Amino acid sequence: MTSALQRFLPLIVTTAVLVVGFLMCAAQFPNFASWRVVGNLLTDNAFLGITAIGMTFVILSGGIDLSVGAVIGFTTVLLAVLIEHGGWHPLAAFAVALIAAGGFGAAMGGVIHVFQMPPFIVTLAGMFIARGLGFVLTTDSVPINHPLYGELNDIALRFGAGGKLSLPAMLMLGVVVAAVVLAHWTRFGANLYALGGNRQSAELMGVPVGRTTVAVYALSGLLAGLAGIVFSLYTGAGYSLAATGVELDTITAVVIGGTQLTGGYGYVVGTFVGVLIQGLIQTYITFDGTLSSWWTKIAIGVLLFVFILLQKGLLTVWAGRGGEPAEA
Amino acid sequence: MTLSAPGPARNLPQYGALVAVLLANWLLFPDFFAIRLQDGRLFGSLIDVVNRGAPVALLAIGMTMVIATRGVDLSVGAVMAISGAVAATMTGAGWGLPAVLAASLAAGLLCGLWNGLLVAVLRIQPIIATLILMVAGRGIAQLVTEGQIVTFTSPALAFIGGGSFLTVPMPVVITIALLAVTALLVRATALGLMIEAVGINRLSSAGAGVNTPVILVAVYVWCGLCAAVAGLIVTADIRGADANNAGLWLELDAILAVVVGGTSLLGGRFGLVLSVVGALIIQAMNTGILLSGFKPEFNLIVKAGVLLVVLLLQSPTLTLFLPRPKGARPMGAVKPPVAPTSGGAKP
Repeated sequence: MTSALQRFLPLIVTTAVLVVGFLMCAAQFPNFASWRVVGNLLTDNAFLGITAIGMTFVILSGGIDLSVGAVIGFTTVLLAVLIEHGGWHPLAAFAVALIAAGGFGAAMGGVIHVFQMPPFIVTLAGMFIARGLGFVLTTDSVPINHPLYGELNDIALRFGAGGKLSLPAMLMLGVVVAAVVLAHWTRFGANLYALGGNRQSAELMGVPVGRTTVAVYALSGLLAGLAGIVFSLYTGAGYSLAATGVELDTITAVVIGGTQLTGGYGYVVGTFVGVLIQGLIQTYITFDGTLSSWWTKIAIGVLLFVFILLQKGLLTVWAGRGGEPAEA
Repeated sequence: MTLSAPGPARNLPQYGALVAVLLANWLLFPDFFAIRLQDGRLFGSLIDVVNRGAPVALLAIGMTMVIATRGVDLSVGAVMAISGAVAATMTGAGWGLPAVLAASLAAGLLCGLWNGLLVAVLRIQPIIATLILMVAGRGIAQLVTEGQIVTFTSPALAFIGGGSFLTVPMPVVITIALLAVTALLVRATALGLMIEAVGINRLSSAGAGVNTPVILVAVYVWCGLCAAVAGLIVTADIRGADANNAGLWLELDAILAVVVGGTSLLGGRFGLVLSVVGALIIQAMNTGILLSGFKPEFNLIVKAGVLLVVLLLQSPTLTLFLPRPKGARPMGAVKPPVAPTSGGAKP
C-alpha cells in the first residue's frame, strides 16, 4: 500500500510545510496563533485562492492561463463602471461580469482547440485584450459606494476570540469544496485528468477533447471573474491595473500545491494549501516588521524551487521503479 | 534542413508589416520620416522608433535562441532589473565604468547560467524553471538597491543610454553589434543547426551526438547576457534603477516580438533578424498610436490583435485551408504525425 502514500506525498509535504510554518510563526510571535490571524489569512487570500483553483483545472488539463490577473482587473473596472456610472444594481452587474469573464475564457479555449495554438501564447493575447479593455473603460481608480457593498462586507461568521469568516473567505471555501467534487467525482473531472495525462490517448478513449478544453478555460475565466467580484468587495473600487502579476502568484500556488505543470496529476486541495503558504509568508513578514517586502518574493522563489526539485525527485523515484507514472 | 524553407518570400509578411506600419505612421504624421542632425546626433520619429525599440530588440535576440530550443525565458525582465540595479548601485558607490559594466553583465550571465542549469541538468520545464527567477529576481534587484530608486550622475554610464556613436544613438549601435555577433556565432558555425536540432527533438539530437546540455546552458546564458545589456541601457537612459518597474512585462513584449518575427514557439526554426524586425513593428505601432492621438489605452488591444493575426496565419488548422505554394511548408507549427497504430485500428 505504499502507492497511496506515494501518490499523496506531494500533498502531505505541502500540508506539513504549512503546519510547521504556522507553528514556527506561532512560536516566535505569541499573538500569531489566534483565530483573528487565521480569519484574515483566509480573507486576504480569498481572491487569489479562487483564481488559483481555476488555474489548477487548466494546468491539470495540460494548459496554462496567463489572462487571469487581467480578467480580475477588467472585472473590477466593469463592476465599478456599471454600478457607479451606469447606475446598475450590483447583483445585475455581478451577473454580467461573470458571464463576460466566463465567455472570455470559453473564447480562448475555443481558439486554443480549433486553431491548435499553444495555450501559453493565446492566453497571453487574452491578457493583453483584457487589460486593454479595462484601460479603454477607464484608467482611473473608480470607488464603488453602493450600500450593498457595505452590507456584503458586514456579512461574517464569527468564531473563537476575534475570529471572523468573511464573505470572500466563505466564497473561497465554497469554491474549494465544489472544485474537489468537480475534479474527483464527476465525468468532467475524469476527462480533465485524462486529457492532461495524454491527449492522444484521451482522444482515442472517446474523451470529448474540444468540449473539455473550452469548458476548462471557461471555468478558469468564470472563477477569475468571481475573484474580480471578491477583489472589488475587498478593495471597494475598480481599477484596471488591479491584480497585476496574480497569474504568476496562482501558478506558483499550483506548483507548491504539488500539481504537475505537464498536466494530468495534482490535487485542488494542494493548491488551496499553496495559497495559504504564500499568505503565511506575507503575514510573517508583516508581523516581523523589520524584514522588507522583497523578502516575500525571494522566499516564494526559493519555495518554488524546492517544490519543483521535490516533484522531480519523486518522478525519478517512480520512474526508477517502473511503476506509478504521472496519473491520478 | 527541411525546415528552413528557402527563398526570401517567407520573410515577406514581416517586412511587409513593418513597411505598412511605418507608412501608416507617415500618413498620420507627415513628418514621420524627417530626420535631422543636431549636436552630432540624429533625431526624428524614425530614429525614435529604433532607439526606443532597442531594449525589446535586445531581449528578442536572446529570446529567439531560447525559443528555438523549444524553451522560453520568462525571467528576462527581472534580469534587466537586476543588472540595472547592480550598475546604478555600484556607480553610486564610486566604481569606475569598466567594473560596473563587468559586474552587471556578470550578473546577467549568472542568471542565465542558473536558468540554463535548471533546464539542461535538472530537466525542469523552461516556463517553470524561469518562473523561479522571474518571481525571485525582482526581490533580488530590490535587495541590491535596498528598496530605493537608485539614481546616479555618472556621464560615462549615462552615455550608454543617451550618447551617440557616429551620430547614431548608442542603444541602436549596441543592438546592431549584438545582433551581428549573435548572427555570426549561430550562422557562421554549426551552432545554429545544433540549436535547431535540440528544438526539434532533444532526445534524437543527443543521440546524433549534439551535446544538448551545453547547447541549452549556452542559449540561456546568452539570453541572460542580452537581458543584462538591455537593463544597462534602460538604467543608463533614465539615470537610475527602479527595481520594481525596470523591464516590467518586457518578457511578454520580447516573446511577442519573436512570435511576430515568425519563429515557431514549438522550436526548431528561428530568424534572428526577423525577431528584431518584430520588435521594431511593435515599437512602430506604439509610436503610431501615440502620434495618431488615440488613447494609449488602445495599445494593448492593438498588440493583442496583431499577435492573434500572426498566430492565426501560423496555425496548422488555418494553413490547411489556404492555398500554399508548392514545396513550401506551413509557417510555424509542424503538426506531429499521427502515431502509427500497429494493431490496425482501421476496419
